[in-house]
Amino acid sequence: MSSARATALSSNPNEPQPAPASPAEPMRGARILLECLLEEGADTIFGYPGGAILHVYDELAKMRGRIRHVLVRHEQGAVHAAEGYARSSGRVGVAMVTSGPGATNTITGLANAYMDSTPIVVISGQVATHLIGNDAFQEADIVGITRPCTKYNYLVRDVHELAVIVKEAFYLARSGRPGPVLIDLPKDVSAQSCAFSYPSRVDLPSYRPSTLGHPLQVRRAVELMAKTEKAVLYVGGGVVASNGSAALLTLAERLNLPVTPTLMGLGCFPSGHELCLGMLGMHGTYAANMAMAKADLVVAIGARFDDRVTGKLEEFAKHATIVHVDIDPASVNKNVKVDVPIVGDAKSVLEQMLEVLPEGPAPGRDAWWNTLRTWQRDFPLSYRDEPGVIKPQALMRALAAITRGEAICATDVGQHQMWAAQYYPVRHGRSWLTSGGLGTMGYGLPAAMGAALAKPHRTVLLVTGDGSFQMTLQELATCVAENLDVKVVIMNNGCLGMVRQWQELFYSRRYSEVGMKFFPDFVKLAEAYGAKGLRATKPEELSAVLEEGFATRGVVVMDVIVSEEENVYPMIPAGAAHYEIVMAPDAGAAPPEPRDLA
Amino acid sequence: MKNRHVLSVLVENRFGELARVVGLFSGRGFNIDSLAVNVTLDPAFSRVVLTTRGNEAIVEQIVKQLRKLIRVQKVVDMSDDRSIERELCLVTVQAAGARARQEVERIVALTGARIIAYAPAAFTVETSAASQEIDQFLELLRPLGIRDMVRSAPIAIARPGTEAAGESIPPLGGVA
Repeated sequence: MSSARATALSSNPNEPQPAPASPAEPMRGARILLECLLEEGADTIFGYPGGAILHVYDELAKMRGRIRHVLVRHEQGAVHAAEGYARSSGRVGVAMVTSGPGATNTITGLANAYMDSTPIVVISGQVATHLIGNDAFQEADIVGITRPCTKYNYLVRDVHELAVIVKEAFYLARSGRPGPVLIDLPKDVSAQSCAFSYPSRVDLPSYRPSTLGHPLQVRRAVELMAKTEKAVLYVGGGVVASNGSAALLTLAERLNLPVTPTLMGLGCFPSGHELCLGMLGMHGTYAANMAMAKADLVVAIGARFDDRVTGKLEEFAKHATIVHVDIDPASVNKNVKVDVPIVGDAKSVLEQMLEVLPEGPAPGRDAWWNTLRTWQRDFPLSYRDEPGVIKPQALMRALAAITRGEAICATDVGQHQMWAAQYYPVRHGRSWLTSGGLGTMGYGLPAAMGAALAKPHRTVLLVTGDGSFQMTLQELATCVAENLDVKVVIMNNGCLGMVRQWQELFYSRRYSEVGMKFFPDFVKLAEAYGAKGLRATKPEELSAVLEEGFATRGVVVMDVIVSEEENVYPMIPAGAAHYEIVMAPDAGAAPPEPRDLA
Repeated sequence: MKNRHVLSVLVENRFGELARVVGLFSGRGFNIDSLAVNVTLDPAFSRVVLTTRGNEAIVEQIVKQLRKLIRVQKVVDMSDDRSIERELCLVTVQAAGARARQEVERIVALTGARIIAYAPAAFTVETSAASQEIDQFLELLRPLGIRDMVRSAPIAIARPGTEAAGESIPPLGGVA
């Protein structure tokens, strides 16, 4: 019965295709919108229909074959999917929803994309213009609501403005510091007609993002890098966003510079490269954090001195001259006083740096590298295996091995995210999808779905937790419906692990609402959604489950039961200095003193 | 007032842009002490003049965040003596009896204010001056009995010959 219903209501791929409308003829706003998306090369939309956006969905039905629409199961999923699509492909992701609750469900995704500078355009239906402000059915002031969590937003008040607005929205989303743009389209505007012509250029007189850095500042930065012994490159999502990895690699190699990526920067410098110290920050490596604490020169590129990276600001890189390359002037001098500010696109500035590199061999930095190597040797990432229990870190190592580090790895938020960041060797840019700034549980599955659509030939791995997964797991249905190839690994410790860790360390083990009392059977759940479900509970079961899971095409959910009371180490407690880093209790460092949360 | 800054913000005159300027302050925990908005000679732009408080780092961040707004063309810190600042004050004072009326007329003549409306026992007086001078003006009137008072937000303009000056925070680059 249900399958018959699905057939009756699903689109028929064999329907005859109408020819693209001639530009001279007047077109409905709904059609203009879709033609604009195609002009921008946006041929995939993640969306969910509803009353106020019906005209657009009606036009969509006439354009099958030209635009792929992915029907999600919740609007939050549409936005995260657009984010995953954008981050993995470098293109602008698109989501489309109806007014009111459809639009308000996009807010978490918009805020997430805003924090992580992800280029997406979200189109929301709106009630007809004459009803706006009347508390109409499914009305919400979404332009007002999303103003603080979008780079820009628009209410389309006249169909004649529509093409210009779409053109601007895509330009704003991908240029400068990328970010989300929302277009609110009232129903009557989508029904009005006008002649369609797509503008060839945007006219935004007040918006002039810098690309190139100031040449003198670039030269100063290079001189400092060449002559300062204890230098470190601290590189973030800006290098990924600007596709600056190749230039970064050349710079680091030519100047023999240690490199530490942020959580958002993972993959912009090859993990495992001899110059790579691993991630820095709250759960970064000892070597990376101590390098920041002891450096004479910190060169930040496309990173924004987030509190999870700096720790205690007064102690942050105390001995260092600080160079900061960022496309956003407001990020410079925001948290940390910068000595050499360079406003520009990370890749462009890196290339400018390469042009003025001094001739001759790379500086040796022997003493500095000796110190760094000692830290790496004495305080590596470590965990203790226990018989009969799968350790989360061991699971990550197994996943790295089975995918050879070549998967696009998506995560949710929590302990599993940090273990994935520590142990999954991301080798390329655009291969790591995580919610860094906002820390959105529930980001992972839809983001992985977006990546699987954008990059159908890559293995897409989602590492999630039993808590995060339950926030957006309805998108399993979308993944199955779209025949996507997504490998979901649930790091199942039966509790909200990161919250539990903080309660253990900072609240005297007074565990408060971190155990969920009931969990669904994730294997049966996967099967109910038409996916394959597998489970590993003991170390000896793990490799067989992973092998079967990764050998199976389609959506596979692997429920891996891991040790419950495992903590993520190293850890710099919130508000502490880098040198106060706490190592795993058996790794030779003192256990943490209880302290209040910052 | 300590660390007081007068910022002049040139913004495209479009629906909803003022809300972005104001929302930036509330959203990021900055203060707005006063706000004045009107259209410029070019009707495509509005000028927002606002006063705020904060140390150097905070004001630098406010200016940068304002410049980052997509429709903000220019932000100038008008807080030094290269600019002239005025606010408008309307005040209704009691003036029952000849002596009181004479006293109002004396204060008005002394301060360059003017009487813009009157009733048998009250005058409404208008003055425009820098904020501090208005404080002093109100102190002069207070003994007579102030019935009502309204002050506008200050506005500011560069002194003639220094129009290009006043940008105490040089732009670091474009917007993002």
